[in-house]
Amino acid sequence: MAMIIEMAAVNKWYQSFHVLRDISLEVAQGERIVICGPSGSGKSTLIRCLNRLEEHQSGRIVVDGVELTGDVKKTAAVRREVGMVFQQFNLFPHLTILENCTLAPMQVKHMPQREAAALAMTFLERVRIPEQAQKYPAQLSGGQQQRVAIARALCMKPKIMLFDEPTSALDPEMVNEVLDTMVSLAQDGMTMLVVTHEMGFAREVATRVVFMDSGQIIEIQAPEPFFAAPQHERTKAFLGQLLR
Amino acid sequence: MNADVSRFVARDMAPARSPPVAAAGLWRWLRHNLFQNAASTFLTLTGLGFIALLAPPLWRFLVSDAVWHGGPSACVAASGACWTFIAQKLPFLTYGSYPEAQRWRVDVVVLAGFALIVWLLSPRLAHRNLAAGLFFVAFPVAALVLLHGAPALGLATIDTSLWGGIFVTLLLGLSGIVFSLPLGTALALARRSKLPLIRFAAALFIETVRGVPFITVLFLANFMLPLFVPVTWEPDRLLRPMIGTALFGAAYMAEVVRGGLQALPRGQTEAARALGLSPWASLRRVVLPQALTIVIPGIVNSFIGLFKDTTLVSIVGIFDFLGAAEAARADPKWQGPSIATTGYIFAALFYFCCCYAMSRWSQGLERRLRHGPET
Ligand SMILES: Nc1ncnc2c1ncn2[C@@H]1O[C@H](COP(=O)(O)OP(=O)(O)OP(=O)(O)O)[C@@H](O)[C@H]1O
Ligand SMILES: [Mg+2]
Repeated sequence: MAMIIEMAAVNKWYQSFHVLRDISLEVAQGERIVICGPSGSGKSTLIRCLNRLEEHQSGRIVVDGVELTGDVKKTAAVRREVGMVFQQFNLFPHLTILENCTLAPMQVKHMPQREAAALAMTFLERVRIPEQAQKYPAQLSGGQQQRVAIARALCMKPKIMLFDEPTSALDPEMVNEVLDTMVSLAQDGMTMLVVTHEMGFAREVATRVVFMDSGQIIEIQAPEPFFAAPQHERTKAFLGQLLR
Repeated sequence: MNADVSRFVARDMAPARSPPVAAAGLWRWLRHNLFQNAASTFLTLTGLGFIALLAPPLWRFLVSDAVWHGGPSACVAASGACWTFIAQKLPFLTYGSYPEAQRWRVDVVVLAGFALIVWLLSPRLAHRNLAAGLFFVAFPVAALVLLHGAPALGLATIDTSLWGGIFVTLLLGLSGIVFSLPLGTALALARRSKLPLIRFAAALFIETVRGVPFITVLFLANFMLPLFVPVTWEPDRLLRPMIGTALFGAAYMAEVVRGGLQALPRGQTEAARALGLSPWASLRRVVLPQALTIVIPGIVNSFIGLFKDTTLVSIVGIFDFLGAAEAARADPKWQGPSIATTGYIFAALFYFCCCYAMSRWSQGLERRLRHGPET
């Protein structure tokens, strides 16, 4: 099967701090990868390299056949295919929910306003908040805001979705509404890379689980063996902490 | 034990009740706002004392002893304000020596300018992008042509040495606003650029201009600008202080805008980039609308300062409103002990009204642009 993401021997430093060390990872179309690991292990940095919010200093990253090199056109091409959802939602507070969703299709794809609005409404319906379209982000609950953020990314019809701890900033009772949205996205065959500590989600939808520690990938496994029989001491320790 | 708990636990759903009516009334309001404790009582009484001290003489000077009718002779021995002087001189105070038959041109420009500002700053009105284009590009050009004249269009040329009064003050203020905001925004962005040379140039300009008094900038603009350009393009004598004002305002505006840019969470630009927006689109649609909204109070503060600073242009021979007031009171026809004071009070009222209006408007604007639940 063709690989939609290929990372080969990727290294990255923040000044002298070696944050990603020889990362190699291949993701097939339609896969759902869950990335977990202790705080500061480089999970966010890894997925942010995939749409070049962060640049890597050595190694190869190829996304949907385009290598990320720093070339502006290539970066733009990749960003068009890759949607991202952040821990802090990062909705645009000065725009309505609908405008949040139509901004990128109109600015990037030059879609007419009407068409963009219709598209946005279909995705807002998918995340089950079409009735909030005319409100502003601050008027919504955290869970609703995160679902809008998902809809906003989907409006660009991406082939890959990146999630960076999408539920960690949410109150417990709102976590599930966001996870449900992500599960249904997975069922539709979206390629997803999800940084999360929601192990229930990992068990339910992940095709593989990646465990990272100090900038390295320590272990890659299907969820069953990952939880039942982790190979490495550090994975065991981490899972022990998490599931306690 | 169980019986005890049942006293604290609700058994039925409590119906929603309306909030208690505040114990209203004048007495309560007074207590709450003026006489809450010893310190506030003291301040209230001191304030009342000052008002009692100042109000009667002010009333006498401005109203009861003031001269409301008649010509110059009525003011010769007046102990109150000489309002007939203001009434007589109002055209001069407004237009300077701009020829009477052509004054409609000034009216058109000033009205169009204000109409465009209202359009630009009212979130409820449509096509505000168009308004911005008109205000920042078309309006300055059209205003220049209309005010200065274009013989080809049948508009007589009117030399800027005849321009004066409130009109020149508004012109300096408006041009300061029109040019200093975009220029200041550009400088603020340049100061955060990734390229060290651009960053350095912007910082050098901002720090130099801010480190120098406005008068110095005016003198520099007046005497140095002509040295930098060929003689044939020598900038007009009114244009020079306008450029000086705009550059001076831009340096301050740059720092205000930079504050807004810094207050914006990094996630906003990251989200825009992740969605594929170009740097320009991200700036225009995500960064600037938010950064500028955050710093509206600072922007208006700068405008108010700039507007009042324009009175200094009389030093380089420009006949602004204050200059016109000075010239008017020197008129030998108008002799009287209160002429000068009347002129200054009128000038003070004018500046106060303009600045207060700007301040109130900015407060309203802030409220309207702040989205979401009140915090
Ligand atoms: N801009 C930066 N400059 C310097 N160091 C950074 C920067 N961003 C992140 N780091 C460091 O790099 C390391 C990895 O950061 P990263 O955000 O990728 O971790 P993470 O695995 O996502 O952690 P968390 O679970 O806390 O989000 C951390 O030690 C962090 O302090
Ligand atoms: Mg992280």
